[in-house]
Amino acid sequence: MHPLILIVFLPLIAAIVAGLGGPWIGKTAAKVLTTGALFIGAFLSWPIFFQYIAGHAQPSVVPVLTWIHSGTMSVDWALRIDSLTAVMLVVVTTVSSLVHLYSWGYMEEDPGQPRFFAYLSLFSFAMLMLVTADSLVQMFFGWEGVGLASYLLIGFWYHKPSANAAALKAFVVNRIGDFGFSLGIFGTFLVFGTVSIPAILAAAPGMAGSTIGFAGMRVDTMTLLCLLLFVGAMGKSAQLPLHTWLPDAMEGPTPVSALIHAATMVTAGVFMVCRLSPMFETSATAMHVVTWVGAITCFFAATVGCAQNDIKRVIAYSTCSQLGYMFFAAGVGAYGAAMFHLFTHAFFKALLFLGAGSVIHAMHHEQDMRYYGALRKQIPITFWVMVIGTLAITGVGVDVGGGFGFAGFWSKDAIIESAWASGSVSGTIAFWLGVIVALMTSFYSWRLVFMTFFGEPRWAASEHIQHALHGDHDAPSEEHGDSAHGPQHVATGSGGYHPHESPLSMLVPITLLAVGALLAGQFFHAIFVDPERAPEFWRQAIAFSQHLAHAAHESALWVKLSPTIAMLLGLWIAWNNYIRDPKAPAAFVATFPGIYKFVSNKWYFDELYDVIFVRPAMWLGRLFWHGGDEKTIDRFGPHGAAYAVGVGNRIAYRFQSGYLYSYALVMLLGLIGAASWAIWWAR
Amino acid sequence: MIGLNAYLIVAAAVFTIGVLGIFLNRRNVILMLMAIELILLAVNINLVAFSAYLGDLTGQVFAMFVLTVAAAEAAIGLAILVIFFRRRGTIAVDAADRMRG
Repeated sequence: MHPLILIVFLPLIAAIVAGLGGPWIGKTAAKVLTTGALFIGAFLSWPIFFQYIAGHAQPSVVPVLTWIHSGTMSVDWALRIDSLTAVMLVVVTTVSSLVHLYSWGYMEEDPGQPRFFAYLSLFSFAMLMLVTADSLVQMFFGWEGVGLASYLLIGFWYHKPSANAAALKAFVVNRIGDFGFSLGIFGTFLVFGTVSIPAILAAAPGMAGSTIGFAGMRVDTMTLLCLLLFVGAMGKSAQLPLHTWLPDAMEGPTPVSALIHAATMVTAGVFMVCRLSPMFETSATAMHVVTWVGAITCFFAATVGCAQNDIKRVIAYSTCSQLGYMFFAAGVGAYGAAMFHLFTHAFFKALLFLGAGSVIHAMHHEQDMRYYGALRKQIPITFWVMVIGTLAITGVGVDVGGGFGFAGFWSKDAIIESAWASGSVSGTIAFWLGVIVALMTSFYSWRLVFMTFFGEPRWAASEHIQHALHGDHDAPSEEHGDSAHGPQHVATGSGGYHPHESPLSMLVPITLLAVGALLAGQFFHAIFVDPERAPEFWRQAIAFSQHLAHAAHESALWVKLSPTIAMLLGLWIAWNNYIRDPKAPAAFVATFPGIYKFVSNKWYFDELYDVIFVRPAMWLGRLFWHGGDEKTIDRFGPHGAAYAVGVGNRIAYRFQSGYLYSYALVMLLGLIGAASWAIWWAR
Repeated sequence: MIGLNAYLIVAAAVFTIGVLGIFLNRRNVILMLMAIELILLAVNINLVAFSAYLGDLTGQVFAMFVLTVAAAEAAIGLAILVIFFRRRGTIAVDAADRMRG
């Protein structure tokens, strides 16, 4: 049996057994089973990855089952493996197995653990199906599968209305993207007559420049198909304007945020664009759109991230922003850099989320950073891994000699240099936005660290801490969603609360991820983006442009240094505002209230959508509900029928007088009628 | 020789009296039974008249059957009436409204 089959299907089996058999086998068995399945997957995935690095392995397809055969359409379940898939396998199984392990500690007190672990494994299965898909239909299966698992896990604490609302929002917003994706698949089948990915990619260059009728216009075929598919990627990867679900998705348990909404599922869009990169290469327009969307999202999300107070929301917007980096890298044609950032980002973002989970755990489910402070001595291991994660995301490193840098340094620099080296207008704008965002990334990441781990303790003002202090130790296993409560300035003091370091099951995964965040860039940057080595690794898996990689590699010194300078500037601003002079942020807000309100309200996207989409939809729904359903269908349908029966009843009731003579009269009249009919009409 | 029409007119008159006896009588059930007898007699007159007119004995045989059944019906009706009176203490027609829905 091919190891790939084990990697993909063990999580499914574990999910089914743990999910359906949870009440019988018990929570420990469910946890062991699901976690074990993912660890086996991880141990099988890494050797595959190294085989591709060493150049021993050839791209291959592992057939599983026949599926759809109808007319000219033929789709089979088949697992495709090449270097791109190998990268994703490693990312998915590694992060997923560590998150499973982490959840042992984090979800310790939760009554629904078998269900939680079953969902996690189900998600892992769907994600693995997505990354190993050989046809677009199978990719769509995985695509919808991860969407379902995401919905289930965001709404895991189903007794919280906010979690249910967030789950629904994620599902509905993703539906828009999926609609575009499915249209793209239909269109691809229409144009190419197949949904097999290798066949499409082989045929795509031949279709460049052809046109197709769409919505009454003649449009470029490849541009249309790529843009439709990209709409799907925008939905799944939370790009403007379909990003609104991602921050709300933080209602789910923190391990879920780390696995699904940071490391794996949200990168599915980037993966899809890279997988179909030969197709995107045939349309310059589509590439420009990808670049623009990525760059603007990158900038937008970073600005919002600077003004959030909920620790998970800061990291959520940071994810959104980093995904923007990946997209504009793909948009300028640097698919290797995009995949590299996906790879490194998976490590350091999962690390940041799990670290934040550890902080939340220590702070008794308080998520508002305004109530943190001075935690570095209380939870030192969490502090140090968070610092490593922050160093990784901000891109600390030097590229002198062999160079040394944290994970994000290599991948982010590769992206920014590629954007500059592409030379196009959109690429140049993306470059400048990328540099500015590097500054903001550094600012909000260090702001998070400074507010959480430095300064005075501000714990006393937190309601959660108050709960913890007043003997309410049956901790509610839920996190507070919105950061709306609490004033801008809160009283300082520990309130007598003693944060406790997380258990070993949580510390081991974050430490391992910290190693990844420390070294992933250092070890793997050559095979992902190096102009000489990378083509050997990628081969035909992505449309790797050696020319662009060369140009990026040899870009001017100031281009190479600019993200580092921006990063240092961001660090200085954060230090200045949150360590040296803690009053400065409030002064800034007082000076520029407009900017602050605009940014902290997320550019009013939710309000805008509320006015444009939600309210008209509600109005329309109410119209159909009251006007269409109640006043038309119900009135003439069920209610009308019931009313008619009532009226008929009252008439019939009067007939039933009970007097013999009235029955006799009716009988007589009936007899007369029947006789008359017999005599006159029925002759 | 009395014509067929005369018999039919008498029968119709008796029948009508019987029917009206059922509808207009509100006093007691015995009258109603008697009205039924009248209706049956009217039918008998018709049967016998047509039998004689057509020269077919079947009608007269049927008249015999009707008389027999009428006697039985009267017996059963009176028996029911006795029980009804025992239970309700009256035989007024208006009291017999237990069939009301």
